Amino acid sequence: MKTQHKRLLQRTYIVLIFGFMYLPIAVLIAYSFNESKSRAVFTGFTLSWYKSLFQNEMILSSLGLSVVLALVSSVLATILGTLATIGIYSMSRRTQLIINNISYVPVVNPEIITGVSLMLLFVLMQRTGLGGEGGIFGWFTLLIAHITFNVPYVIFNVSPKLRQLDPSLYNAAQDLGCTPRQAFFKVILPQLTPAILSAFLICLTYSIDDFMISYFNCGTMQTLPIAIYSMTRKKVSPEINALSTIMFLVILSIILVSNALDSRTYRKNQAAIRQGRVQA
Amino acid sequence: MKWKRRALAALGATVLAVCGALPAAAADDIILNEDLSVSGDYDWTRFAGENITLNVYNWGLYISDGSDESVDVLSAFEELTGIQVNYTTFDSNESLYAKMKSGGASYDVIFPSDYMVGKMIEEGMLAPLDYSNIPNLAAIGPEYLGWDFDPDNTYSVPYTWGTTGLIYNTTLVDEAPTSWSALWDMQYANNVLMFNNSRDAYAIAAKKLGLSLNPSSVEEVDRVMQELQGQKSVVQAYVMDEIFDKMEGGEAALAPYYAGDALTMIADNPDLAFVHPEEGVNFFVDSMCIPATSKNKEAAEMFINYMCETSVGYANCDYIGYSTPITAVWELLDDDLKYSPIAYPGEEVMSKAEVFTTLPDEINAELDAQWSEMKSYDESGGSWMVVIFLVGAVLLSGFNIWRKVRRKMRDTY
Amino acid sequence: MLRSKASRWAAAPYLVWMVIFIVVPLFIVIGYALTDAQGAFTLDNLATIGRYSSVFARSLLLAAEATVICLVLAFPVGYFLSRLRANKQHIMLMLVMLPMWMNFLLRTYAWMTLLEKNGLINRFLGLFGIGPLNMINTAGAVVLGMVYNYLPYMILPLYTAMTKIDDSIIEAAQDLGCNTFRILLRVLIPLSGPGIATGITMVFVPAVSTFIISRMLGGGSNLLIGDLIELQFLGNSYNLNLGSAMSLALMVIVLLCMSFTSSFDEEEMEGVM
Repeated sequence: MKTQHKRLLQRTYIVLIFGFMYLPIAVLIAYSFNESKSRAVFTGFTLSWYKSLFQNEMILSSLGLSVVLALVSSVLATILGTLATIGIYSMSRRTQLIINNISYVPVVNPEIITGVSLMLLFVLMQRTGLGGEGGIFGWFTLLIAHITFNVPYVIFNVSPKLRQLDPSLYNAAQDLGCTPRQAFFKVILPQLTPAILSAFLICLTYSIDDFMISYFNCGTMQTLPIAIYSMTRKKVSPEINALSTIMFLVILSIILVSNALDSRTYRKNQAAIRQGRVQA
Repeated sequence: MKWKRRALAALGATVLAVCGALPAAAADDIILNEDLSVSGDYDWTRFAGENITLNVYNWGLYISDGSDESVDVLSAFEELTGIQVNYTTFDSNESLYAKMKSGGASYDVIFPSDYMVGKMIEEGMLAPLDYSNIPNLAAIGPEYLGWDFDPDNTYSVPYTWGTTGLIYNTTLVDEAPTSWSALWDMQYANNVLMFNNSRDAYAIAAKKLGLSLNPSSVEEVDRVMQELQGQKSVVQAYVMDEIFDKMEGGEAALAPYYAGDALTMIADNPDLAFVHPEEGVNFFVDSMCIPATSKNKEAAEMFINYMCETSVGYANCDYIGYSTPITAVWELLDDDLKYSPIAYPGEEVMSKAEVFTTLPDEINAELDAQWSEMKSYDESGGSWMVVIFLVGAVLLSGFNIWRKVRRKMRDTY
Repeated sequence: MLRSKASRWAAAPYLVWMVIFIVVPLFIVIGYALTDAQGAFTLDNLATIGRYSSVFARSLLLAAEATVICLVLAFPVGYFLSRLRANKQHIMLMLVMLPMWMNFLLRTYAWMTLLEKNGLINRFLGLFGIGPLNMINTAGAVVLGMVYNYLPYMILPLYTAMTKIDDSIIEAAQDLGCNTFRILLRVLIPLSGPGIATGITMVFVPAVSTFIISRMLGGGSNLLIGDLIELQFLGNSYNLNLGSAMSLALMVIVLLCMSFTSSFDEEEMEGVM
């Protein structure tokens, strides 16, 4: 009796917290179908905001920039970070500690400071004449900024996996006639791939979502979060709600798909194990 | 939509007969679409195929951009000339300045107001215009040219002009305000919105005190800032373009803003009204300029020329509600807007209107510094508290780190 | 051997990158903070910060409030989640993370709609004859925005820490006569210590430095440190030197916070990501 009471309480609490977390999103979604432009009244159902969203050149071009920037910066950050992880792995413990602590700086520092400090660096570079007449700010400053805050996440995702690897695997590969290069690409890298991939995905999400650091380093460019920011500072159009709804659905479907894939591989693995047992 | 907006825009407007007031296109004009046409004796296509992108940096909601079924003048320009436009927006002259200064962003066309044009000229941030590429300068009314900030219009072409004034919600105020001092009235506590930029906010407090909106000494700045500080308890929020949603949604009773935007707001919410306060208002001219760093100056001049085309100016003026300096555009306007006392106020308002001048550096710096201090002011806290706190924080964190590192060392060995 | 001298070179590009884009910029901030517009050494910028002490006090206070509220709200969530069956845990965890992946500007904007004078909450309360309450543009709204945005950052590390607590430990404590409160105080809190520390950092640091939340929900009169810094760099009072001094001060605050909650160990942060 008492435990049932407790469980009810637990459930209610969890529901309340999730309600708190999802209420604003539900409101955003609901208003994306509102016919009236004003937030004050709900006059009727319409899809016209979705239509005008896809005709809004500003949003579309900023979305395009965000996606390209996220892809390019994540790829570069993943390569740079993976290489760094391997290099750091073979350094002395003390050096490792120093490098890791410096790499934490962009992770723990408030984003505004990372943004501002990079901006100052670029301002100084610009004063020395880099970037020519038009100045340095733009695509490259954005790219550099994104790579800079992404690389640490790669390092901290991949290095635990690297440390968990059995070092004798690499030696065994070499004993069996692999060159160090072959041993690395055929034995070590495949083992690291899941960690590298998840690091890449983390970079992708951070990069798409970043506002603060891009804001200070974007020059004339406009990423999606910056476009959203400039939209919220004007007369707000329900297009922004339509955009939120679409983003929510995209994220939701990514999660559902990846979940389904996960559980399928899980079941497959289980089946394989069982089969293996049967065969044995 | 557009017609409805305009019909509501003017005070006492009656039902408007649908009028297809398309600017009568001259024979040699190039017709772009049913709303836009440009002069035929200008070489619009000389940059086509050169893959030029113009970075245009304008105020928010300050161009007819195709939203709300308005005419999309930007994409028409792109189609006409083959030049791409990268259009982004700012929300105050000061943030435009900061972005130009530190961002070093390479804009090609910017839209600063009068005093900021003057400041930028002084600091060599603008390029002199080549008027052979902007023949449409001739369309601008002479009374809008030759202001003090740029006497020969070497660097700037007027885009719009207007005044500031007081917007109020007739359902939320007891009697119609006539003075800026309504913004200090305790009965509207938490019901007042205020400009979120230093010059405009300063101007209101200065006018309330009967001073010029261009301070001549640091002491004057001190005094006016005191007044703004005293207003903080009445102010609900400091806003710029967020004001549209807030006033239209009935979130606040009173707010100062630009007359052109007031027209738009009144069109969307008929409960709103606008008044030019009796102490006098700010008269401003927003101009189009080309930064000295622009790499596409000639294309930028073409853009400015395009913006001065009658049909383009008409589309913009119709959508944004600001007053036009282009005589031909004004003549095309419907009578309700043409003779609107909000957009085109009479002599009694204009005689008391004052223009911002470019302030000397030290006064300007003081104004900006005091502005952020005013906004951060709070009764609590001595001025040295933070410095002491920070020093303490450094010591304490040093101690913590040292202790942890030492423990770690001990653990490892 | 993988740990060969040659493979150290793989880190070279990153080390160069790290020095140029992480280390050097921080020194530039310090450099700007200690010089005036002409580049001469001065301590004026640091002294000027004193004039903004109320902003610093307010930022610290609001961020601390938000952190405490997050901790209190998240602790039970972390515990309940960690006691669920594995497949359920997975789903619930996804539900916690899902809002985090929405753009935070949009999430904060949603609260504007809710909190306004004529907003949804006030109209809902109006049905019962309450209000309208004055919610938006207050310090409370800013704290609410912080709690809402950063709550998942508190739940996740707490949950991670608590999954490591075995049920048998709690049962043992129960058998030994502990009541719920004592279990909480003596078992749960100490054992989830690392999670609490990480959670505090992950909520406090962004909360103390935000400028979006205060601008959207605080109405421009509840300035925080982030707003001040933004004002100096891209806003009204263009002053890079003063802005750098403020950034420096913010870094000191973060350093202080970290010095309490972090053990400067590379293993610890990994659980976070």
